[in-house]
Amino acid sequence: MRDAVLSIQDFRKKYGDFTAVAGISFEVHSGEIFGLLGPNGAGKTSTLECLEGIRKPEGGKLKVLDIDPSRDSRKLRNLIGVQLQTSSLPANMTVDEAMKFFCAYHSVLPRYDLLDRMGLGEKRGSQYHELSTGQQRRLALALAVAHRPPVVILDEPTAGLDVASRTELHTLMQELKNENIAILLATHDMAEAEKMTDRVAILLKGNIVAAGSPNELTATGSGFTKVSIRTEDSLLHKNGTTFPGVSQRVIKEEYAIYYSTDPAPTVTALLDYVRQNNDRLIDLRVERPSLEERFLEITQIGAQQ
Amino acid sequence: MSAFTNHFSFEFKTGLRNPTLMLMNYLFPLGFYAMMGLVMVQINPGFKDTLIPSIVIVSIMVSTLLGLPGPLVESREAGIYRSFKINGVPVFSILIIPCLSTIFHALIVSVIIAVTAAPLFDGAVPVSWLNFALITLLSAFTFGGLGMLIGVVSTSSRSTVLWSQLIFLPSMLIGGVMMPLSFLPESVLPIAGLLPSTYAMQAYQGLAYQVDTIYNPVVSVLVLAALGIFSVFLATYLFSWDSQNSTRRGHPLLALLVLVPLIVGILLI
Repeated sequence: MRDAVLSIQDFRKKYGDFTAVAGISFEVHSGEIFGLLGPNGAGKTSTLECLEGIRKPEGGKLKVLDIDPSRDSRKLRNLIGVQLQTSSLPANMTVDEAMKFFCAYHSVLPRYDLLDRMGLGEKRGSQYHELSTGQQRRLALALAVAHRPPVVILDEPTAGLDVASRTELHTLMQELKNENIAILLATHDMAEAEKMTDRVAILLKGNIVAAGSPNELTATGSGFTKVSIRTEDSLLHKNGTTFPGVSQRVIKEEYAIYYSTDPAPTVTALLDYVRQNNDRLIDLRVERPSLEERFLEITQIGAQQ
Repeated sequence: MSAFTNHFSFEFKTGLRNPTLMLMNYLFPLGFYAMMGLVMVQINPGFKDTLIPSIVIVSIMVSTLLGLPGPLVESREAGIYRSFKINGVPVFSILIIPCLSTIFHALIVSVIIAVTAAPLFDGAVPVSWLNFALITLLSAFTFGGLGMLIGVVSTSSRSTVLWSQLIFLPSMLIGGVMMPLSFLPESVLPIAGLLPSTYAMQAYQGLAYQVDTIYNPVVSVLVLAALGIFSVFLATYLFSWDSQNSTRRGHPLLALLVLVPLIVGILLI
């Protein structure tokens, strides 16, 4: 097992009477991308801000590289790279100046190469207020990783980014992971979490309601697998026959779609039916639920409780 | 380039790039100087005797009291200090560097005024240029500290204007800047003693121009120095990184402790 570079045990955070985080625990290891997922107000940003030393927790233990952020936040400055959800830079600061400014405080040489990689090469002389939202986010990301920290904390990094920037960011994250850097990623984007993370924790009302790898999460729960079948004569469209494991049938255009809790017998029975009725199979798709579908299921169950 | 010099260089350039700061640092003080030199000297020829220190004090007050606090509040509101905090920019740099840069701009204007007032408007020059320079530096430090403190304790840009004007306008009227203290009724003098400009002008008069003063000029220098030190200490102590995070080391009303040197000054004089 790799070293845990970031650990949270029974972490709690309140704002007045409102409990934002009600006692959560997880660890992030070096070379791992860990996703923190949850709807708005779930406690993601509070968790990240306490890890960054911006806010103080009400209880529990937080350690980043064995440093308690609430006590020794200054020691952490060169060891973590942070892209905040709500932050800004001085309006008149140019892109080049921002890189020089923060690198000087981290005692490293400016990483102008990162500006080129983030598509800001032609904007190096532009002032912060002249950049688009996406460009401002890309600059924040470049600044977060410029000093090559062993732990990177990203809060909604791809919000407002176009497809090309998002792809570039994902490549950059993968490179950081390959360099054994731990990344804690808070995101609303389930496709991003499914694609990029090794493990995720789903936060709801300040509690972790599910945790594991995206594959583990999508394999659990109600476990509906979507079986879509298209045949030449569309006999299944008219057929009311029940098939093993199927709980629901939907007709969508030329496909009959079956939601099954046990897809292997369902597929076998469907193929047997098509063959026995002299219909001809054109297309068959078996799809596991996406992380997004699983997330919605988990958060809906959590919201009802 | 070190982090400090890099930061200072950026703040100095901001003072020229930002139209509001450009106005506060240069256009307003120099425009006011030209107007006073052309008009006020004609109306009141005696004003020539105090033209240089008066306009220097006004320039310093405009840059530090009117120009410095707003950007401090706006930076906090916009989350700029959050970015600074996570990247290890210390509180001292966040406060002191913009203050130093503002003082630097104010000193440039002060030099322009000091060098040109005599040939352009027949303004009286100081007997002791060294004392003049030292008092100018001390005044810039003191007003810079006050500007910082206003920026730190104000909850919004609007409230910075109120706090700044609370010092700026009375200073112009009864702080010895536009009219000598000797012209004021005796009942107003204790109120004038609550204004830092009064001590700055008395220090200039007594030590740089070496004329008789109502207040002891050495005590005036000590009051100005104490006021500056109190302001910087309180601003650093009460500094808040984040408008969304109410954690603060002390209540903003503690800033009123800055009145202590002024009250002591009134009692001593």
